[in-house]
Amino acid sequence: MTTINDLILRTTTILIAFILFGFSIYLFLAGHSAPGGGFIGGLMASAAIVLMYMAYGYETVRKIIPVDFRFLIPIGLGIAVLSSIGSFLFGQPFLSQTFAYFHLPILGEKELATALLFDLGVFLTVIGVTMTIILSIADDR
Amino acid sequence: MSNLAVLPIVIPLISGILLALIHKKIHLVRILAKIFTGLNLIVSLYIMYDVQQNGSIVLESGGWNSPFGIVLVADLLAIVLVVTTNIVALACVFYAPKSLSKQQEEFYFYTFFFMLITGVSGAFLTGDLFNLFVFFEVLLMASYALIVLGGGKVQLRESIKYVLINLFSSMLFVTTIAFLYSVVGTVNMAQIAERVQEVDQKGILTTIAIMLFFVFGTKAALFPLYYWLPKPYIVPNPVVSALFGALLTKVGIYSILRVFTLIFVHDPAFTHNFFIWIAGFTLIFGAVGALSTNNIKLVVAYNIIPAVGFMIMGIGIYNEAALSGAIYYLIHDMIIKAALFLLVGAIAYLAGTSDLRKIRGLIHQYPLLGWLFFLSAFVLAGIPPFSGFIGKLLLLQGGLESGEVVIVIIALLSSLLILLSLMRIFVRGFWGEKDDSIQVNKKAAQSFTIPVVFLLFFSVLLGVGAELFYPMIESISSYLLNPEIYIESVLKE
Repeated sequence: MTTINDLILRTTTILIAFILFGFSIYLFLAGHSAPGGGFIGGLMASAAIVLMYMAYGYETVRKIIPVDFRFLIPIGLGIAVLSSIGSFLFGQPFLSQTFAYFHLPILGEKELATALLFDLGVFLTVIGVTMTIILSIADDR
Repeated sequence: MSNLAVLPIVIPLISGILLALIHKKIHLVRILAKIFTGLNLIVSLYIMYDVQQNGSIVLESGGWNSPFGIVLVADLLAIVLVVTTNIVALACVFYAPKSLSKQQEEFYFYTFFFMLITGVSGAFLTGDLFNLFVFFEVLLMASYALIVLGGGKVQLRESIKYVLINLFSSMLFVTTIAFLYSVVGTVNMAQIAERVQEVDQKGILTTIAIMLFFVFGTKAALFPLYYWLPKPYIVPNPVVSALFGALLTKVGIYSILRVFTLIFVHDPAFTHNFFIWIAGFTLIFGAVGALSTNNIKLVVAYNIIPAVGFMIMGIGIYNEAALSGAIYYLIHDMIIKAALFLLVGAIAYLAGTSDLRKIRGLIHQYPLLGWLFFLSAFVLAGIPPFSGFIGKLLLLQGGLESGEVVIVIIALLSSLLILLSLMRIFVRGFWGEKDDSIQVNKKAAQSFTIPVVFLLFFSVLLGVGAELFYPMIESISSYLLNPEIYIESVLKE
């Protein structure tokens, strides 16, 4: 535990981490028709997590996010691969995508594409890789 | 269904992911790894059958038409190499549990193993130059991880060299693709091939061709660029060395074969003659290197280099006999190099050292291992009934047809040196008086022997049953000499 009084850092982190998370999800969802996508969204989300680690330390963040980031890598890759071989079921070539229009409760008429699933895979993999690298370097023995 | 072409890439990818999730349950992981590798071999054999019956499978991924999307082309050459890759992988996956420590296995060995297979199969099957680069990176990333797995001091030192040289050549690969893209405006191999024929100024294309040759030559360890290969290949575990020796350099050779029979055939008088020179030097330096050392692993690692020289010689001579020889030799060499690396790994494990001067009389304790080594030395050197003979015979025949007498003589002499280098191991290590300090470990010897027998079975089959395989190899080489067939099957014009 640090002995420095870092009240300002911790208080602003609460605010900024939320904004960063929100922005990362915005980037992730915007990728189809505006700059953004799974890669940059994932990097932004891991930036938020790193900020929390810097302000609150390892133990606290482990309690808030009880995820082993190492497992996010295969899970993300799995989602991406499954979303691309899903096309086998419909007799389409590998990596085919499809989209449909849905009427969602609040957002109204929206176009949903299966490319989003692939991007979700990228998003999770990027978070997993970035956090694994940072935590295993920081975790000195 | 055209999706067949992607299965040899997707099956190992999924298995790698799955095994990463359960990496601590080591017994389950071992069984699943064997099942998945076997499944992948069966699937690729089925694809090979399908390709033989119905011609090459072209998969336009995502449903995008050919020059615009990513294509995977499973033609006979690619799928035969994928099948060979999976045979090697199956032997390695059975060898691994005994050879690796439990800690190494738990630390994602099988995930990286399957990623390596993914990358190699992808590099064989892709029909797109930039995707070839991506698959190169997939297999190289996995190989970086495999080479440091275990974290020994020597491994760290050699892996730095390995990573540096490969990063440099990958960077050069991207630059070369950028140059080629700015000249022809596409990265689809079939369309590049078509446009290269139409471009008037051939000088820049020859420059790009030589740059690409430099890139692939670094990956394949050709004459001036082989200096990085021997040491990094012997420091990891024997099973990793076997995978590297059997697969990695061969991907480079395959790329040269593909690129210089499909795309850059506009100036063979310059490019292909250049290959013959390179091949001559590669043969000499590799064979001399193999004789220069007393480390048995290093002897086998140096033997990769003349083998690569033989294949480049076939591509350089560039007629039907020589190309068939190169392809035959490529398939034969993938199998026999894996078998040899596994064998010397077993010898070093059982004798407790890889220094030839300290090993003697092993034949008293391990007769089967000794005779297997003797057999594989004969296979590698090209003694008649075995598979090395037919490849070399075709190469020599092709060389004499084109009047390249000098390279033929060099090839014959270096075959002698290769035989000498392996016989030295046999004579010094296996003959002689019984060394009583060696503890006989029958169980370990048995689990090391079975994968080697499996590989040598295919090796012998490839030589004895040459009548069976030769028509297929011949049709591949005549297919390679007519790039129009490839272009038409991809672009469908």
